Amino acid sequence: MMGVDIYMRRRVVNVVAMVLSGLAAAVGLLFLVWILWITVKNGLSALDLKLFTKITAYGAEGGLSNAIVGSLVMDLIALGICAPIGVLAGTFLAEYANRTKLGAIIRFLNDILLSAPSIVLGLFVYVIVVLPMSNLTHGAVSFSGLAGAIALALIGLPVIVRTTDEMLQLVPGTLREAALSLGVPQWKLTTQVLMRAAMSGIVTGVLLALARLAGETAPLLFTAFGNNFMAFHPLNKMESVPVAIYQYTNDPNPALHAIAWAGALLITLFVLLLSLSARWYLHRHKVTHD
Amino acid sequence: MTDNTALFKAPPAFIAAASAVTVVPPPKLAVRNLNFLYGDFQALKNINLDIPEKRVTAIIGPSGCGKSTLLRVFNRIYAVYAGQRAIGEVLLDGDNILDAGYPVHKLRSKIGMVFQKPVPFPMTIFENIAWGIRHHEKLSKSEMEARVEQALRRAALWDEVKDKLKRSALGLSGGQQQRLCIARSVALKPEVLLLDEPTSALDPIATGRIEQLIEELKRDYTIVIVTHNMQQAARVADRTAFFSLEVADRQRYGVLVEYDDTEKLFTAPADRRTEDYVTGRFG
Repeated sequence: MMGVDIYMRRRVVNVVAMVLSGLAAAVGLLFLVWILWITVKNGLSALDLKLFTKITAYGAEGGLSNAIVGSLVMDLIALGICAPIGVLAGTFLAEYANRTKLGAIIRFLNDILLSAPSIVLGLFVYVIVVLPMSNLTHGAVSFSGLAGAIALALIGLPVIVRTTDEMLQLVPGTLREAALSLGVPQWKLTTQVLMRAAMSGIVTGVLLALARLAGETAPLLFTAFGNNFMAFHPLNKMESVPVAIYQYTNDPNPALHAIAWAGALLITLFVLLLSLSARWYLHRHKVTHD
Repeated sequence: MTDNTALFKAPPAFIAAASAVTVVPPPKLAVRNLNFLYGDFQALKNINLDIPEKRVTAIIGPSGCGKSTLLRVFNRIYAVYAGQRAIGEVLLDGDNILDAGYPVHKLRSKIGMVFQKPVPFPMTIFENIAWGIRHHEKLSKSEMEARVEQALRRAALWDEVKDKLKRSALGLSGGQQQRLCIARSVALKPEVLLLDEPTSALDPIATGRIEQLIEELKRDYTIVIVTHNMQQAARVADRTAFFSLEVADRQRYGVLVEYDDTEKLFTAPADRRTEDYVTGRFG
């Protein structure tokens, strides 16, 4: 009765595989929930109105208003830089340079940028933006929110290039042929059919890039530097939530730790909001596809 | 262009048979010594074929014999891909469309194509039709509405979609989507319609509607249909071309074996290979 043995064996192997993969999923989930729990528990106690109204200059008596404003300004400028460049570059890769040597080289370089340590990007922007700016203005402008935004844009750029490229490549080739068969030129096909077909994926990619750069600290240390006072103009030094967290956790004062936790909670909620809106957007646009 | 047969170096047997049938209208498309290459691989070898105006011409044959390739030459959609080359002539009303000087947007407005899988654009039903028209003609809002309605009526889809023109085309059923694709092509007022296995992704009822539609459309259009389904060719086509694979010098080429009135090709084929294929003895 060899047949029975084989079926028995398969059933055992199946159960073992199921238990192992289930355990792995549970471990991953456990740490995620744990991180969220600790952030919420410690952050909620310090989450109050003065966090949004007072600046970091007051220290333990202050809040994070200048850091929140700085983060928003820099994130928005960064997105304004990297979203259009990234979407256009991704479109070039998928529609014009697909299956070419040039396209392969650009994809490879983009993957390197994607995995580059963020501190290196910060140093790069320090050398090509902060120092020349300082020389040009005789020290009047050196570290600036703009430099910070450029460093953040370099973080977001490869993410957007990659998602745009991949999302456009997922659009079936028959859709391209069908549009071209109507005698329509390539640029109309790309902007009016392919972009629309890939839109939900591209928007999700942009939002995920925003989520990614909103939490970055290292690229801002040598670029935006930090600022204990409120600054709106991007040519000033700027505070940001991740940098404030970094500084406060290095301080022995436990009251500052509490504010740092509240800042961490704020970033987490911001990223959560972005992911949820990305999902909501995707879902809303999926419905019309079915 | 008075005597097409003079262009053949060695006229195959079927030409003699075809010339005896005087009812065949003048060719809308004339294929002359056409060779097609995917890189180094030759997919079609020395094809000569006349496609009559306002008739349905079916192209049948086993997988890989170059049926779809031939269709893709007719609107030069193959040229989108690097490394694909068509050598020879395809004359549309006497003009060689393979000539680099023949404007491709004009060609594609004259020769429409419908693909195997329905491919609606991610837009509303109305926009699916209007989008292509807008590139070729400037119409007022009311003219455009009339044109879209006319195209949808021609494709026998109007009654099913007239109340939801503003809704996404992606919500239609497969058969409706395919008729939308036909409407999209028809809206450009083409002269020739190329159908590449248009029903292979559809159920029998939707297939029946498309076949009925082909019957109606042939009054105004020259139709070329590639199909795997021999019964379909027998049902819809006036003339049928049988393509096959020929092996020579360790190379495989797609060749035209026989081309005749559909009834004759299916009931009294002149070539043994055709007979084997249509009677199911192929392979």
